Amino acid sequence: MSILIDENTKVVVQGITGSEGSFHTEQMLAYGTKVVAGVTPGKGGMKVFDRIPVYNTVEEAVRKEGANASIIFVPAPFAADAIMEAVDAGVDLVVAITEGIPTKDMIKVKAFMKGKKTRLIGPNCPGVISPGKSKMGIMPGHIHRPGTIGIVSRSGTLTYEAVDQITQLGFGQSTAVGIGGDPIIGSTFVDILRLFNEDPETEAVVLIGEIGGNAEEEAAEYIKREFKKPVVSFIAGQTAPPGRRMGHAGAIIAGGKGTAAEKMKALEAAGVHVVKSPAEIGKTVKEALGR
Amino acid sequence: MKVHEYQAKELLAKFGVKVPKGRATDNPEEAKKIAEELGGKVVIKAQIHAGGRGKAGGVKLASSPEEAYEIAKKMLGMRLVTHQTGPEGKIVRKVLVEEASDIAKEMYVGIVVDRSAEMPVVMASPEGGVEIEEVAATHPELIFKEYVNPVTGLNVFQARKLAYKLGLEGGAVKEATKFILALWKAFDATDASLAEINPLILTKQGEVLALDAKMNFDDNALYRHPEIAELRDIYEESPLEVEASKYNLNYVKLEGNVGCMVNGAGLAMATMDIIKYYGGEPANFLDVGGGANEEQIKNAFRILLSDKNVKAVFINIFGGILRCDRLARGVIAAAREMEVKVPIVVRMKGTNYEEGKRLLEESGLPINVAETMAQGAEMAVKLAGGEA
Repeated sequence: MSILIDENTKVVVQGITGSEGSFHTEQMLAYGTKVVAGVTPGKGGMKVFDRIPVYNTVEEAVRKEGANASIIFVPAPFAADAIMEAVDAGVDLVVAITEGIPTKDMIKVKAFMKGKKTRLIGPNCPGVISPGKSKMGIMPGHIHRPGTIGIVSRSGTLTYEAVDQITQLGFGQSTAVGIGGDPIIGSTFVDILRLFNEDPETEAVVLIGEIGGNAEEEAAEYIKREFKKPVVSFIAGQTAPPGRRMGHAGAIIAGGKGTAAEKMKALEAAGVHVVKSPAEIGKTVKEALGR
Repeated sequence: MKVHEYQAKELLAKFGVKVPKGRATDNPEEAKKIAEELGGKVVIKAQIHAGGRGKAGGVKLASSPEEAYEIAKKMLGMRLVTHQTGPEGKIVRKVLVEEASDIAKEMYVGIVVDRSAEMPVVMASPEGGVEIEEVAATHPELIFKEYVNPVTGLNVFQARKLAYKLGLEGGAVKEATKFILALWKAFDATDASLAEINPLILTKQGEVLALDAKMNFDDNALYRHPEIAELRDIYEESPLEVEASKYNLNYVKLEGNVGCMVNGAGLAMATMDIIKYYGGEPANFLDVGGGANEEQIKNAFRILLSDKNVKAVFINIFGGILRCDRLARGVIAAAREMEVKVPIVVRMKGTNYEEGKRLLEESGLPINVAETMAQGAEMAVKLAGGEA
């Protein structure tokens, strides 16, 4: 098994005719993802790569092609609206890749989503991959391998690094989830950990956090309380200066809060294997599994 | 994005937030004139993007226009060192000249976005004039919070509740309620990420005023607030950071000697961490982004090398969308143009890395190719003269 997506996930791509959208649609198709439709308002009726139908609205893509998940490549000023359109159309999962969505827009999106069944991953994230089954995202598929390690991360390329280390050691991933680097995101560490906890195929989890906010501390509390599997964690930004935004909108130590040291301490206290060097993630997973 | 106190106050005033009368200037003569207009007794405040100005000598009381002239003359051009500026301090290019207030009570009010609650929160405290983090640590019971529902905005009753919590009475409660509602309006309308009034004062005349004001804005929302984007003061940023921002590169200058160039913010932070892990100090944070082109790589490399502290460069790339061969071409082109004097270590993984590696090795340039992140970091630290 895997979490969030598998070989039955039917994907609609919002913003499919843009350069990012079309490039990654091609990559996802090559990986084997079931991309069933695209949406670009005003371009309904055309076809992408001679076979993927484009619709004007997500509702139409869902009704006609049976899409149950949407991936969003819409530019930031219009991305919040695109997310809400997908939620309104009733898909189970929305993965928002777009970087640069204003915080205020995300506050509205989260309020809009209350009480609805749709789960949102991102924004400002690399997406989700269940190796060998489906890829909804921009990560390089070839470094992944089907397996039993779950990965959840606020980062993009650092996630690839962890995935690669795990693959090199002969392990694989059940699902790798990039939850995004923004202050307000659709799914938190805790949300994804809950899913990994229930997934019989996931044996251990790698949690990659970074400075800013207290999502890692919340994850530590949850792990201590309920999580049944070994967790290995790396927190990026141990050397980051306070008060400076480190690339990601959410990566900032504000008012002395959100430091890597605090997060590492909280996770260690919850029994997590915290590594100081990002080069030791794979090795530590192997040790945690006793192999 | 940060703005100066005088800019925050001008902006807040437009939304009905009461601030002391005054104006900013970069000229002592003008400071004298403003003091005359304000009736003689004024406060002169150095305008830099850092707190702790009072203790550092950046806030002075003048009892006459002549004194205002003297103080402004001394303050303008001085290098102000506060606990937030770092030892190099910041040069004062403007002063705010304001009427002096008769303070009856100092309080605090601030608005931020609560990331866990996923909504803005208004915080108020009767303890003003000290850092709110300190109050939170020593007297958490003196910080009162009201969360803002995104549908209704801040309700009047919430502002009133906070006004009472400030320990105010009678007419002052009404004044403070109005103040808090106006502050919310300003925060909401400008896509602010922080609006902090510390201290918020009650004057002996019964007015509620923002004695100081700090505002930060969501960078992601600046596209819809061109008037706020214009308030950016590039003198407050390091010249290399300003240069990097022209090419959409995320660069933060640090104090060490190992320059780093990385794709992706998380990996860039992790690269700084691993340099430290091997006993070195990173010279910068530099994220060239997921889809960097050759031109951006070239500029990134140039900016990195113009930091005189850099003794070695570590390029750590995990190719996803950014292909390693493209990265290698950018680095080779830049290195050929610039006559590089420091050793370079490159570690590449991911898409097209064999091709990238081959290009680097065949370039004839003094580039060290590392197989792993750990090996690369260790090599770079050693080459920079560190302990590893």
